[in-house]
Amino acid sequence: MSEAESTRELTMSRAMVSAIAHEMRENDEVFYMGEDVADYGGIFDSTQGLREEFGYDRVMDVPISETAYLGAAVGAAQVGMRPIAELMFVDFFGVAMDQIYNQMAKNTYMSGGTVSVPMVLTAAVGGTYNDAAQHSQTLYGTFAHIPGLKVVVPSTAYEAKGLMHNAIRDDDPVLYMFHKRLMGIGWMPAPEGPKTPVPETDYTIPFGKADVKREGDDVTVVTLGLHVHRALEAAETLDSDGVSAEVIDLRSLVPLDTDTIVESVEKTGNLVVVDEDYRSFGVTGEVVASVADEALGALERVERVAVPDVPIPYSRPLENEIIPSTEDIVSAIERAQ
Amino acid sequence: MFEDMVTARHYEERLQEEYLEGKQPAFDISAGPIPGELHLAAGHEAAAAGVCQHLTDDDVVTATHRPHHIAIAKGVDLKRMTAEIFGRETGLGKGKGGHMHLFDPEVNFACSGIIAEGCPPAVGAGLAAKKRNEDSVAVSYLGEGAIDQGAFLESLNFAALFDLPVVFVIEDNDWAISMPKERVTDVENGAKRADGFEMPGVRVDCDDAIEVYEVAGEAIGRARDRNGPTLIEVQVHRRMGHFMGDPESYRPEKDQEAAAERDSISRLEADLREAGVTGERIEEIRTTAHDRVEEAIAWAKEQPQPDPDSAHEDVFVNPPSGVTDSEPDVGTAGGDD
Repeated sequence: MSEAESTRELTMSRAMVSAIAHEMRENDEVFYMGEDVADYGGIFDSTQGLREEFGYDRVMDVPISETAYLGAAVGAAQVGMRPIAELMFVDFFGVAMDQIYNQMAKNTYMSGGTVSVPMVLTAAVGGTYNDAAQHSQTLYGTFAHIPGLKVVVPSTAYEAKGLMHNAIRDDDPVLYMFHKRLMGIGWMPAPEGPKTPVPETDYTIPFGKADVKREGDDVTVVTLGLHVHRALEAAETLDSDGVSAEVIDLRSLVPLDTDTIVESVEKTGNLVVVDEDYRSFGVTGEVVASVADEALGALERVERVAVPDVPIPYSRPLENEIIPSTEDIVSAIERAQ
Repeated sequence: MFEDMVTARHYEERLQEEYLEGKQPAFDISAGPIPGELHLAAGHEAAAAGVCQHLTDDDVVTATHRPHHIAIAKGVDLKRMTAEIFGRETGLGKGKGGHMHLFDPEVNFACSGIIAEGCPPAVGAGLAAKKRNEDSVAVSYLGEGAIDQGAFLESLNFAALFDLPVVFVIEDNDWAISMPKERVTDVENGAKRADGFEMPGVRVDCDDAIEVYEVAGEAIGRARDRNGPTLIEVQVHRRMGHFMGDPESYRPEKDQEAAAERDSISRLEADLREAGVTGERIEEIRTTAHDRVEEAIAWAKEQPQPDPDSAHEDVFVNPPSGVTDSEPDVGTAGGDD
């Protein structure tokens, strides 16, 4: 196999699908179910082509009954299968939250570890396309807050594939939260960053290992998902002003790689945390608290950039005001160094 | 009734044109004057007009993510609704809700972007009417794709148990995004869902506004007379994709053609002519409807964009002390300078 064949550039959605298809070929117990995942191929292209290869039995379109099919995934996982269930928009979790947070997340613990729930729950997250408060939330914190769920957030095609391989093989329930804006969908143009070279062969990215996407000496910027790209853009902008920002992509929230963050803050002294989720009780607070726990002495400045506890508005100027932009990150880095 | 229907149809056609402006040739959801997704209801008009004709401003309607025809039939302020769809400051929700989340308390209209989630609030409105000894009724709309949803089934039970004045109206357009009805339920007649709750269930098997009017009149009469809820299913048709930009590659062409042929508006027009209404009068109604729509769209487009700072307002009607209702909280946190 030539180098060109073994590594090709993919969109994030193609990378996700490539991992799912690989795992489905390797293991008959893996199947996918969700709304509009078979004939449509996933509203966000998350299952393009899978039905053609694996048929309706293994790529199941289901009724709009999230409690039933997410709960069914829990049940199938508990008897040893490896379901992947797609919740079309993370905002819809409320109609099925019991199956997620009382069954999927807690059964392992309550059974004293005798029952495992090896399933993946995929969900589209994020705004930036003016779809208002019920279709634009990120909700990283909501799920990361619940014990028993592993939560991963890819930012590029490379991460999307490696994290998906790991998620399907993991014996615990994994919430795989992909940002619509990164998927490479025709009708929602992605920024440049998420389309990356992706090895053809399978590989895993371990959970709890953040990635330093850009090295720097002055400020540590910690973020995830879409905002990795905005943070990188902000860092590039400031580079010409002589500000050297290090950008850390968390890649997973549970487990959280505190070591990489602390190591960076010990170098830079300054911390900016950027999140597309609500500010209060969320990722930014958790990261700051974790660093304070372990390296309080190293902290000189702290900035949080997040959605200011406001439901995501519809109108374009209002949404732009609420969702952290590259300029917001630039300002925060300037304040922090 | 005819006027509501032709107003709704023209409105949908004009919104389609406006929506596509700036989004083509390569469809980009985040471009153009109308933000976000847009779900059009051309082909659903009979279900809206035939039911809402019996309602007053005191009666409550909860609609779905495809709400325009119902809003028009319920008497929602067309100009302010249009301004909301364009995301403007003078819109019903000051640009915060958008097309799936229209609220007009003047005529007791609301809608939700989450499938079946309008059912419980309609039950609540019915409960309030009963507790206050008022004769208002509540009507909750849902699509046939929503009839497997827990919120709907629980609402039927609750309304039946307490004999609440609620009418549930299923708009059966045969398609839940890419899923045809026969692939989501074995119950062809959705009105039969009522049987399990000892509630009357009636299906109107065609797009006949007059038949809908008669069936709805009986149901709403029963509700007003405190004889409890009714479930109605109306066969409508989907002339367009699930949302604007939906390529509908999953849908057989003959189904689209059949939907285009079944037109409740031509049908009602023929009935009116047969009943002696002159062509002149029909044209007059069409012209009035046309002018009203054009006026609303022209007005909406002249309205100002909202001030970005207003994004922070309205999270609470009574903001708790310590929460600034008009300024984002993005100040520096921590640090020792």
